[in-house]
Amino acid sequence: MQTLIEAGGLHVYYGASHVLRGVDMHIGPGESVGLVGRNGMGKTTLIRSLMGHVKSAQGNVRVRGSDCTHAQPHAIARMGVAYVPEGRGIFPNLNVRENLQVAARPGKRAGQDWTYARVLDTFPRLRERLGHGGQQLSGGEQQMLAIGRALMTNPDLLILDEATEGLAPLIVAEIWRIIRDIRATGMSTLIVDRNYRAVLEHTDRCLVMEKGLIVQDGDSASLARQPEQLTRYLGV
Amino acid sequence: MSDVLLAATAVTRRFGGLTAVNGVSLALQRGQVHAVIGTNGAGKSTLINILSGELAASSGQVTLAGRDITAWPQPERARAGLGRSYQRSTVFPELSVFENCRLAAQASRQRFWHWWRDAASCRLSADLAGDALDRTGLAADAHQPAGLLAHGRKRQLEIAMCLAGEPQVLLLDEPLAGMGPEETDRILDLLQTLKAGHAILLVEHDMDAVFRIAETITVMVNGSAIASGAPAQIRANPEVRTAYLGEDEGAH
Repeated sequence: MQTLIEAGGLHVYYGASHVLRGVDMHIGPGESVGLVGRNGMGKTTLIRSLMGHVKSAQGNVRVRGSDCTHAQPHAIARMGVAYVPEGRGIFPNLNVRENLQVAARPGKRAGQDWTYARVLDTFPRLRERLGHGGQQLSGGEQQMLAIGRALMTNPDLLILDEATEGLAPLIVAEIWRIIRDIRATGMSTLIVDRNYRAVLEHTDRCLVMEKGLIVQDGDSASLARQPEQLTRYLGV
Repeated sequence: MSDVLLAATAVTRRFGGLTAVNGVSLALQRGQVHAVIGTNGAGKSTLINILSGELAASSGQVTLAGRDITAWPQPERARAGLGRSYQRSTVFPELSVFENCRLAAQASRQRFWHWWRDAASCRLSADLAGDALDRTGLAADAHQPAGLLAHGRKRQLEIAMCLAGEPQVLLLDEPLAGMGPEETDRILDLLQTLKAGHAILLVEHDMDAVFRIAETITVMVNGSAIASGAPAQIRANPEVRTAYLGEDEGAH
């Protein structure tokens, strides 16, 4: 089985600090993978390296087998990888409608396309804000917009970095429901979220990061049953 | 009730046709954490902006220790003891963690500076900054450039910068967003100790945290406060459960 995305021996430095120290990971088609670990262990840096936002000093990134180590983020996005960044990154000078439509791209699986209408059905709050500029939205509305925008690209892999941050409990529950639906359609996901229980519940496999390394890679259900591991790596 | 430090009375803010905050009243007392929870876009951050002075209220009144500060600009309110943190990190990325805090301490204390003297030699602001870093658990990162901190640590720095100004009233906008369980515990413990000398307004979506620490909770939906009271009262309020907590969440 060809992997959708994989990283081999990734090393990343920020100045003198060695942030990724040789990371190997892969995600298969239709696979849902969680990424957990304390703050500052390199989770976001790994994601940003996969997306081409951060240059690695050593190692490689492959998308569907082709070398994307030096590819630009937009090239990786066009290969079917969508990214909901921590901090949302919505376009402040575009309105809600434009933020969504600028990302629209037909999907590969007919009948399961995320359309403009479906995104608005999923986030009714956005429908009430269509003409508002990105910078006029509340934090939680921006988060919904960032997720909706990623879905508009009908990706094969959806990367969610703290996608539920700043959302009301009802909406958080809704986001997890959507993640469950997305999984059922065969879209792959890579999920970082502070609620590790929800991550374990909604993924097939989970990677644990510590100090720039993947220190555990196993199925999510069994990790959920190992409280001593969770304490060791997550401090819970 | 004499220990009310900050009070808002029927505060309203309109943006064109949109009423973001609609006649909200609340009183922050020393020794209490007052949580404001509510749906996304309910006006929680706008309310904080009105209290901190970043936005003018369209109508209504804000008082600080009994003084009417409705017309005061933000810097004046900050110097009078009103501190706030932001939902998105607002740190200076190139400056060190310590320098970020020292600037915050310096800004809150306007004094005559000898122009030829290095601001770094100011003992008072250095002490305040060091103290704020100790309390928030950032001392080990003091000399790192702030931009290199992981997201959760930046959030801690945001709180440290707020404390460095020695405020009496803390307005915290989602301080726990992006923090892991250990940092969350640390910040909740910190808030617990800060309570004694401060009045704290906490906007937060982490309901475990809110119910653990708040004495009073106000619930906002579409700009209005639909309920306000003790945590047990709020948890049992059917309207709040439908609008915000979700039917199942209320029980846990």
